[in-house]
Amino acid sequence: MNALFEFLLRQGDNVLVLGHRTSEWCGTAPALEEDIALANTALDLIGQTKLWLEYAAEVEGEGRSANDLAFLRDAYDFRNVLMLETPNEDYGRTLMRQFLFDAFQVHWLTALTDSKDSRISEIAMKSVKEAQYHLERSRDTIIALGDGTELSNKKMQAALDYLWPYAREIMLVDDVDEAMHKDGIAPLPSEILAPWDALVKSTMRDAYLTIPDSNFVHKGGRTGQRHTEHLGHMLATMQVLQRSYPGATW
Amino acid sequence: MVTVDMPQVGDIWSWLEAVPDPEIPVISVVDLGVVRDVAWQDDKLQITITPTYSGCPAMSVIAMDIETELLKRGINKLEIKTRIAPVWTTDWLSEKGLAKLEEYGIAPPQAAGEPERCPNCKSSSVEKISQFGSTPCKAQWRCKECLEPFDYFKCI
Repeated sequence: MNALFEFLLRQGDNVLVLGHRTSEWCGTAPALEEDIALANTALDLIGQTKLWLEYAAEVEGEGRSANDLAFLRDAYDFRNVLMLETPNEDYGRTLMRQFLFDAFQVHWLTALTDSKDSRISEIAMKSVKEAQYHLERSRDTIIALGDGTELSNKKMQAALDYLWPYAREIMLVDDVDEAMHKDGIAPLPSEILAPWDALVKSTMRDAYLTIPDSNFVHKGGRTGQRHTEHLGHMLATMQVLQRSYPGATW
Repeated sequence: MVTVDMPQVGDIWSWLEAVPDPEIPVISVVDLGVVRDVAWQDDKLQITITPTYSGCPAMSVIAMDIETELLKRGINKLEIKTRIAPVWTTDWLSEKGLAKLEEYGIAPPQAAGEPERCPNCKSSSVEKISQFGSTPCKAQWRCKECLEPFDYFKCI
């Protein structure tokens, strides 16, 4: 196993899967401004995907392109965390998922700007600016809706309760992370837990939401061992064109 | 030795001043800070561009527009490279570009993170509608005096 390739797939697949999920709102969001905001967020994430997967494809050296990796792999070859493939369900869950991810991603990408791998450091420098902007918005919106009406508070609490068992998979550590850490390419994801926890706690306090009292973590996405059934359905839509018309371009 | 007709780099920069940004046509790709380098590599011209946002869909159009403009000027051997570091910042917008944005009705970026005034009536009484706007580089604001909504160029 090529640890660097695995690592890059994890980075690329996280933003690809969340980017595609978020784009599902395009044209159907609750308000025009929100529709535009979600579409722009998705666009940033897909742009970041291209940077990660282009590098992954080069590192793999099998002649595959970023597009091949995105559109011609099946669910069991994806390395995104499970939380990002969960269905949008409602607007509250979509925003809560975005916030729990942004709160990790800003700290993670900031740390990756110091990577010994200059390509990774460049991608992190480019992406972190966008992630900071996403975090600013997702945090404000969580607080506005949590501290909103009785109904909006109830929906945000339900979103947090549903997503909480998924939220910390992204900070688990395995052999790939150990290898990256040893080579000075990335910190251990577990190092992000403390700042992530502090940010999540203060945000939920300001939003009048209660963090569930459970340490259970769903896992299997970032290792590819076991995805949820939702990913396959999502890929069926996302990949349909390349599956039906292999090699189609425009 | 035959001297090949190789235009001066300074002239090429001024030609690129005539290539408009596809999304905000009042400013050029040079004013936007997207063109980072122009250099001759033997008899081949190398242009380096950088994306504003990583998902900016205008990048391929910008590359094509640059190529078309330079072909018109007789440059056939051209390579357009994309690089992401150093990372694009609104600090790279030219003074001329900033003034043109406001004239066009887009509030230019401010270090404070919000528009200084309404680009239409110049009132400083403005409010945010959304952190995102019609392109990845803009947000939506509204003037509380003239009540016109307007685009604000995000400061990053």
